[in-house]
Amino acid sequence: MNRIGVFVCHCGLNIAGSVDVERVVEAIKDYPGVAHAENYIYMCSDPGQDLVKEAIREKGLDGIVMANCSPMMHERTFRNVAASEGLNPYFCEVANIRELCSWPHEHEKEIATKKAVALIKATIEKLRRNMALTPMVVPLTKRALVVGGGIAGLQAALDIAHGGYEVVLVERYPSLGGHATQLSGTFPTLDRPPCLIAPTMAEVLSHPNIKLYTYAEVEEISGYVGNFTVKIKQKPSYIDDEKCDNCGLCLEKCPAICPAEYDRGLSQRKAVYISPQAVPQKLVIDPVSCLHFNGDECRACEEVCPTRAIDFLQEEAFVEEEVGAIIVATGYDLYGKENAPEYAADPDVIDGLQFERLLSPSGPTRGEVRRPSDGGVPQEVVFIQCVGSRDQEHGVPYCSRVCCMYTAKQAVLYKRAVPQGQAYIFYIDIRSDAKGCEEFVQRAAEEDGVLYLRGKVSKVFREGEKIKVWGVDTLTGKSLEISADLVVLATAMVPSQGAKETARKLNITSDQYGFLTEAHPKLRPVETLTAGIYIAGTAQWPRDLPDTISSASGSASKVLSLFSRKELLHEPTIAWVDEEVCSGCGYCVPICAYKAIEIDPRRRVAKVNEAVCEGCGACAATCPSGAMQHKNFTAMQFFEMIDVATGAYV
Amino acid sequence: MPEEEFEPIIVGLLCHWCTYTAADLAGTTRMQYPPNIRPIRTMCSGSVDPVYVLRALLSGADGVLVGGCHPGDCHYVSGNFKARRRMTALKSILNTLGLEDDRVWLRWISAAEGKKFADTVTEFTQKLKKQGPNPIKKYWSI
Repeated sequence: MNRIGVFVCHCGLNIAGSVDVERVVEAIKDYPGVAHAENYIYMCSDPGQDLVKEAIREKGLDGIVMANCSPMMHERTFRNVAASEGLNPYFCEVANIRELCSWPHEHEKEIATKKAVALIKATIEKLRRNMALTPMVVPLTKRALVVGGGIAGLQAALDIAHGGYEVVLVERYPSLGGHATQLSGTFPTLDRPPCLIAPTMAEVLSHPNIKLYTYAEVEEISGYVGNFTVKIKQKPSYIDDEKCDNCGLCLEKCPAICPAEYDRGLSQRKAVYISPQAVPQKLVIDPVSCLHFNGDECRACEEVCPTRAIDFLQEEAFVEEEVGAIIVATGYDLYGKENAPEYAADPDVIDGLQFERLLSPSGPTRGEVRRPSDGGVPQEVVFIQCVGSRDQEHGVPYCSRVCCMYTAKQAVLYKRAVPQGQAYIFYIDIRSDAKGCEEFVQRAAEEDGVLYLRGKVSKVFREGEKIKVWGVDTLTGKSLEISADLVVLATAMVPSQGAKETARKLNITSDQYGFLTEAHPKLRPVETLTAGIYIAGTAQWPRDLPDTISSASGSASKVLSLFSRKELLHEPTIAWVDEEVCSGCGYCVPICAYKAIEIDPRRRVAKVNEAVCEGCGACAATCPSGAMQHKNFTAMQFFEMIDVATGAYV
Repeated sequence: MPEEEFEPIIVGLLCHWCTYTAADLAGTTRMQYPPNIRPIRTMCSGSVDPVYVLRALLSGADGVLVGGCHPGDCHYVSGNFKARRRMTALKSILNTLGLEDDRVWLRWISAAEGKKFADTVTEFTQKLKKQGPNPIKKYWSI
């Protein structure tokens, strides 16, 4: 390759602000093999791309180096530009002089310019040793897996199913619906979510394209985009669904009692249970609270069951499903209020979801607001915002985004249930940026008489019948003491338990809090860095219902666009064996995590299964003779890049 | 006359999925760190042949930073464990060769840890400034 073109982008001032692009071109134009070098304000723009195409044509370039932003941004764009002029797309390489050079060295123009030159030279050295490659065609299973049956998972599954493709939906709890079924109403419209979500759940249950696994978990995933194999663990419910007719006799007879998770501990349930409005209507026995599983002789449910559906010997079952794409919608949990000890551990200090249950017609009080301790109607309710969120010291530094609004909604619903009662809201500042939300907060304060107090609460403690709340109103500068009957904490949203584990099984990344990381924070918000795996809802970041549903529909549309292709292309930068050099020692065989290499028994050389190879390069690094090579990431390419990099330029 | 400050050269062999993406993030969020690192993208820390590290040290790099995903988070299942074994083995022989093993750093920096990337480069640069140039450079004139 001796007719290389180098194109240096200004990216407005993003690059040109700290890299002298003219000098870069000057320094690179006589570098060996370079036939053309120029700079332009926006290479990715239409005129920029035309300029590259024209240079390829006019100057007869046989390879191009694009010196601009990260390859994650525009590598594909410029490979397409190269291909449109008849160049092999792998004869286009990107020198990342923005993220890795102009941005982190904003105030050092001299050094940044020299570093940019070195990065480009290293890229030229790689490019001139690249092989021409063609992506391989691999099969595509047009069937999706959705992990999580909350509102995000339901929406994504429905969108894909409506598009005509099969969906496998896995939910770890016995019922679909997730936290949305616990809510008492939505903001700012005050819809009742059971009515909002029940039709969605029913539609998912009866949709011919959706295969449902409730009370199940994803155990293992292997494969790659278009060709994943998923192992699903079906947890034992100890009840034979075929026989059970939901008569409920077992519910009556079961003697074991424990706090009900669907009411966040505000009510009790039996060891055999079904949550209110469960979809599907399936009973399960919880072995943690069941006496039979805890050394007792009890068989009360079995004795009473008229259809002999109880089966204490039921075991975990494993099922395998083949899918082509995966949507992860594992949802959220709340930051435990026990982590905020300044707010007393008291039955009348509850978190936001618990208050949702108190307001909900399907909750423990059938929608009447009652204090958990004595069942009295609370006359003074204090809502405390940002418990755990926006707290660098003790909690999480981020804003949970929905608490300002759900607290306003809860205060309004409380005022409508107990008109003579008083609601106080302690806040840092009100974040009500979603549609119709600012108006809602105004109405809450002005029409519903909710008292907003700007300031933090320092202490909450029990004094007789009342709970004392010490705080400060920073607008008047006065300290406050409120004798409350009930305190509601707007605790931070955190990723659901087990989200990290799911991310690990799927090989996708999560941030320091455990929220799933998108492929690009602006441009690819529903994709992960792993092709074929998408994210939806609050597993990614705290968000409200409309945002959750938008992200779910967004990831579903990504899956539909993937499935509308005829075939799938597999990245060709994979392992390659120089059979003349290979001795058949077999070191590469066990090092491959994908079992893509075997030794040809007749010729005694390593053989790569090209469809299975993921192109990590571990085998090439292991090969003692250099016979195994990673296409376009060869040792020779690294040596040359390293040599250029170590040339003094600072 | 004050001597010009020694500016070390660090070769960064950064895994595409984690540390390279972290470096991108550090840039996107405009974190400033010393320009002494020359990043080279590898698909996986497990594809870093110890020979690359030797090549860097022999051609005059003052330090080599190998960056991968956190243990258990490797995009390619177990590449970072391979990197860890290889770097441990490599370090055990570096001193014998007259190269200093603390000039090779293996660090786990996830795609979300832009700050950790910037901090690591800053810390490594400062350390190498104190430590002085790679002694191998002395022999170059022979």
